[in-house]
Amino acid sequence: MSVDTATVAKIAALARIKVSEAELAAMVPELNGILAWVEQLGEVDVSGVEPMTAVIPNHLRLRADVIDADPLTGGGRRDAVLANAPVAMDGFFGVPKVIE
Amino acid sequence: MTQLTELGVAAIRDGVAAGSFTAVEVAEAFNVNVAAASALNAFIVATPEKAIEAAKATDARRAKGEALGLMGGVPIGMKDLFATKGVQTTAASHILEHFVPEYESTVSQNLWDAGAGMLGKLNLDQFAMGSSNETSYFGNVISPWRRKDGGNAALAPGGSSGGSSTAVSARLAPAATGTDTGGSIRQPAAFTGISGIKPTYGRCSRWGIVAFASSLDQAGPMARDVRDCAIMLEAMAGFDPKDATSLDMAVPHWEAGLNPDMKGKRVGVPREYRMDGMDADVAASWDQGIAWLEDAGAEIVEVSLPHTKYALPAYYIIAPAEASSNLARYDGVRYGLRDLPDGAGLQDMYAATRAAGFGAEVKRRILIGTYVLSAGFYDAYYTQAQKVRTLISRDFAQAFEQCDVILAPTAPTAAFGLGEKSDDPLAMYLNDVFAVPASLAGLPAMSVPAGLNREGLPLGLQIIGRPFDEQGVLNAGLALEVRAGFVARPEKWW
Repeated sequence: MSVDTATVAKIAALARIKVSEAELAAMVPELNGILAWVEQLGEVDVSGVEPMTAVIPNHLRLRADVIDADPLTGGGRRDAVLANAPVAMDGFFGVPKVIE
Repeated sequence: MTQLTELGVAAIRDGVAAGSFTAVEVAEAFNVNVAAASALNAFIVATPEKAIEAAKATDARRAKGEALGLMGGVPIGMKDLFATKGVQTTAASHILEHFVPEYESTVSQNLWDAGAGMLGKLNLDQFAMGSSNETSYFGNVISPWRRKDGGNAALAPGGSSGGSSTAVSARLAPAATGTDTGGSIRQPAAFTGISGIKPTYGRCSRWGIVAFASSLDQAGPMARDVRDCAIMLEAMAGFDPKDATSLDMAVPHWEAGLNPDMKGKRVGVPREYRMDGMDADVAASWDQGIAWLEDAGAEIVEVSLPHTKYALPAYYIIAPAEASSNLARYDGVRYGLRDLPDGAGLQDMYAATRAAGFGAEVKRRILIGTYVLSAGFYDAYYTQAQKVRTLISRDFAQAFEQCDVILAPTAPTAAFGLGEKSDDPLAMYLNDVFAVPASLAGLPAMSVPAGLNREGLPLGLQIIGRPFDEQGVLNAGLALEVRAGFVARPEKWW
């Protein structure tokens, strides 16, 4: 499978990355080169093989059902959460208007 | 008087404990080397005051007769992928420039709790995506090594942990943290003549490490020798409830368990790693490594890892897929850069921010990842790659029925010149051909320096072990180190 300019433009839109026409033109052959190379995976017989989900067998844990069991990742840290926001307003993240 | 910057982790720790010198003297000496090495561009920010502060605390503890910790008095470099509270953490990207974390990563906190101090934040490939440290927003790291042809060609320090490899190799730090997603500890270690180990997936907490590909990312130490790696890994590792994939297992005393005697051990040599057109010096160094481990008492067995050739293409689907998801968080809203063109709405702001904030390689991988996860292509690419990953992991499990560790080259070449591969993404990816399979299988793997090639550049040998058997990897690494007697170092030009 190979991609054309329109497909790359669509992928870039899905990925929320603005790309210029010149960038698109440069990316198409690069991505096709990589995609052609990964396509060799199609040769591998994977019948009866499960896709890997965990590289080292492990079980998911449940934390104690306690509010703020870990104070660092619990609640009540609004100012720390907002400290690196490009625009913080009134205790919220500020964004451009989204409702007309 | 001992030149303190010539000392490694163990020698500093023991010297401080014995009172041969103070931790502050050590920190001051390395701060001087860091400040004098701006030509290497290894550090994004230096934090000499942090190194001194930690050293003073160590000296004060010693004065009170208290225990100094595993890394007591040892100043280190911190790859700028670890969140450090109050100190800019960028992942070498524009989008995180000026990001100052409100929290400390688990691994870095473990190191400070063990008595280490921070010399600064080390440069890397942007979001750890690269094998030459040429994708950093803050400029290339220059390897301290040069070819012996008399030319002054600037060489790659490897990547993504290129700041770490350069800092340790050039004596700017006795040790540094690295992270390894597809070889980012081992390949730079090999390129600069130092040691580095990626532990079993889950040994080191990923909490507070800027995420690239979460099913692959593992932190580990980079240092001058195997013992120093063992000490530092012990300080970094440990169960962390904040990381869902953290291993709930006791951390072994790897340093105490070091033993270079390989009697009764079987070393596997994978036949698929001996590729057509292999670099003659790399092949010779591998043969030498086999002879060294045989000399250490090991039995050498040939093993087969039949899906080796599919590891890299599988990696270049899985890692970008995970990256495209992980990097969705950079949106110009919660932290980092925001680019808001005049009159732009929210969606335009996302797209403009990400266009301005990500470098070309990062964009390339996000686009590949987005494509392989998109409707209609998911099964053909992503599911297929995950199945191949299962087969690669199974190959290793079968090989480890016949051997205890596997010996292979770390990289197919010695360091290449900056710019030599940066125009060709595929050629760059192929440099990780020997490193990626162990990453896909989550296995502990280490690189130790083996010797110099005909150009006078270091070559590394790689040891891959069973899950959780870092001790076996370190011991085989030590057996190689004892016999290699590698003392070569870059001549100072910076």
